[in-house]
Amino acid sequence: MSKQKLLEINNLKQHFEISRGNVVKAVDGISFDVYKGETFGLVGESGCGKSTTGRTIIRLYNATDGNIIYDGVDVHDKKSKKDLKMFNQKMQMIFQDPYASLNPRMKVSDIIAEGIDIHGLASSKEERMDRVIELLETVGLNKEHANRYPHEFSGGQRQRIGIARALAVKPEFIIADEPISALDVSIQAQVINLLKKLQKEKKLTYLFIAHDLSMVKYISDRIGVMYQGKIVELAESDELYSNPIHPYTKSLLSAIPLPDPEHERTRKRIIYDPSQHQYNNSEEASLREVKPGHFVYCSENEYKRYKAENQ
Amino acid sequence: MEKILEVKNMHVSFDTFGGEVQAVRGVDFDLNKGETLAIVGESGSGKSVTSKTIMRLIPTPPGRIKEGEILFGGKDLAKLSEKEMQKIRGKDISMIFQDPMTSLNPTMKVGKQIMEGLIKHQKLSSSAAKERAIELLGLVGIPQPEVRINQFPHQFSGGMRQRVVIAIALACNPKILLADEPTTALDVTIQAQIIELMKDLQKKMNTSIIFITHDLGVVANVADRVAVMYGGKIVEIGTVDEIFYNPQHPYTWGLLSSMPSLDAKEDELFAIPGSPPDLINPPKGDAFAVRNQFALKIDLEKEPPMFKVSNTHYAATWLLHENAPKVEPPPYIKRLKETKQLSKSGAKASDHK
Repeated sequence: MSKQKLLEINNLKQHFEISRGNVVKAVDGISFDVYKGETFGLVGESGCGKSTTGRTIIRLYNATDGNIIYDGVDVHDKKSKKDLKMFNQKMQMIFQDPYASLNPRMKVSDIIAEGIDIHGLASSKEERMDRVIELLETVGLNKEHANRYPHEFSGGQRQRIGIARALAVKPEFIIADEPISALDVSIQAQVINLLKKLQKEKKLTYLFIAHDLSMVKYISDRIGVMYQGKIVELAESDELYSNPIHPYTKSLLSAIPLPDPEHERTRKRIIYDPSQHQYNNSEEASLREVKPGHFVYCSENEYKRYKAENQ
Repeated sequence: MEKILEVKNMHVSFDTFGGEVQAVRGVDFDLNKGETLAIVGESGSGKSVTSKTIMRLIPTPPGRIKEGEILFGGKDLAKLSEKEMQKIRGKDISMIFQDPMTSLNPTMKVGKQIMEGLIKHQKLSSSAAKERAIELLGLVGIPQPEVRINQFPHQFSGGMRQRVVIAIALACNPKILLADEPTTALDVTIQAQIIELMKDLQKKMNTSIIFITHDLGVVANVADRVAVMYGGKIVEIGTVDEIFYNPQHPYTWGLLSSMPSLDAKEDELFAIPGSPPDLINPPKGDAFAVRNQFALKIDLEKEPPMFKVSNTHYAATWLLHENAPKVEPPPYIKRLKETKQLSKSGAKASDHK
C-alpha cells in the first residue's frame, strides 16, 4: 500500500466549558494521520474522547485548538458554502444507534436519497430511485424496502440503511462511530463483513471508533488507544495486541474476556495506576516513537526505559 | 448436587395487536446450589423473559405464563399470588438489571434504597438496617460507605451504581441471584471489576446465579454451565467446557464463530445469515433451520428433541440423530476442539497469551 496521507490531525483539542471556569478537556492535544485506503481504529473507554474526536473531524463541533487537514485542505478554516458542500460529500459518518439516527417519519428511500438531493447527484426522479435501489442492494437489502419506514426494520437492517445513506454521496472517507455496539453478536459479523467488502470495492478509508477491542483489532490496520483525551499508544493492530507497551493498553487488553474457558481461568488482570508515571514539570510527556511505527505517550525517562525493554 | 430451582416446560406469551407473541416456548432447566448458569442468546431469544418470569416481573396483561412450573423451595412460583411473591422477591430471589442508570430511584438516597429490603424482609430497625447498608456498601467495594450512603444515584459513576444495585440485590442474602446483562452497559475494565466482585460474593455466600448475557467472553469467565437459547427455546445446554470445546448445535457453532479471535486473522468473519424468527408465527420444525447451512429436510417439518451428548450435555438438533449424515463443523469450531484435546492430553496448553 502506498502510504498517502488522507487525513492529518495535528494537536487537536476539544474543550467544553460546562459552567464558568469548569472546562472538560474531552480531547487534549492529539495528533495522528490516516492513510488512504486504510482502517484506523480508535479505542478507549467511555469518556476517553474517541467519539468527540470523530465528531470534531467531521465538523459537528468546532475544534478548540489544533488543525485537521483533509487531502491537503484545513477542514476547520472558514469556507465558502461551495467548499463546505464538497467536503461534506467526501466525508460521511455512520452512527452508533441505528434507532436514533434514522428519522422515523421519513421513508427509507428519502433517508438514503437526502444526500443525493442536497448534492444534486441525480438528474431525474428515475435516476434517483435507481440509485436508491442500487444502494439498497449494495448493503444487502432489496428494492421492496425503499418505501418502508425505519420502524419496520430490525437493528441490523437499520444499520445497513445508515450505511447506504453514508454511501449515497460517494464518499472517500467514512467515520464509523461504534457502528456495531448496539447489534447482536451474529448481526455484528454481518455488518463488519459488509463494511470490509465495501472498503475493498469502493476504496474507502475508515476511521473506526469502538470500545470492543476484538472487533477493532479484526477490522483495523492501525489502532490508536485513547485515555483521558490523549492518545497513549498508536501502532499497527497486530503489533499493538502482541506487544503493548503503555501500561494503560496492557491493562485494557488484560481486561477483555475471551470466549475460551481455559484461558479465562488463568487470565490475570493488570490494573492501571496513572500515578506510576510521575511526570515532572520539567520533562514533558508526548507521543514518542519507541519502535518503528509504534508510538507511546511517555516522558523522556520512560522513553529510554521502553526503548531498552523493546530492543 | 442439590437442586435449588427447577423450571419445567415453561411457556410465556404476550398478547399484542399483531397476535400472540410466543416469547418462551417450552424451557426446561435446573439450577444447582452455588453454581452459575449462563443463559446466552440474541435479543428476542427469550432469555430476559425467562428470568423475568422466574421473578414474576412479566406485566400481566399483556404477558402470561401459559404453561409450566417454576419450582423453588417446594412452591410453584408460577402459581403464587402477587402478595406471596413479594415475600420471595428481594429476599430469596433477587435481580440485577442491565442498566444501572435506570434501575435506581433517582430521588432517593442510595442508603435508603438498600435499607428498604432489610426493613421489609428482615424486619430490622432503621438504625440496624443503616448499619447493615454501610456494611454492604463496603462489601461491594465502595470507598467511604458512611459518606456515600447519604448520596443520590447521580453522584455515582456507572460502575459504582452497578455496585449499589448489587448491594441491594444481596442485602437479604438471597439464595438465587438473577443477573440480566449486568455488565453490558459498562466499560471492559469496570466489567472485569464487577464480575470479580460477583464471583467473590458468590463464594462467600454460596449464592446460585443465573447470568444472562450475549457476551461469550463473559460467559467463558463466569459460567459453570451454559444454556443457549434461540427462538424461545433452549437449543443446547452443558458445562462451560462442553459448550465451548464440544458444541453440537449449529446455532452454537455460529455464535462461537462470529466472534473474531484475538490471535488469528480470518479473512471474513463467519456470519449467521438472516435474522431471528418471528415469534408470532413461529416456524414449523427447528426455528433455526432457515438460517442453518447444515439444515436437514426433517428440520423444516419436525422439531428436534433434546439429544443426550453426555450426562450434563444436551442439544436439540437432528444432526445428533443416529441416521443423520456426518457434517464437518465450521473451521473455527474444529480448531477449538483440537486445542482442547491438546491441553487435555497434557501437551502445552493453548497458545494464548
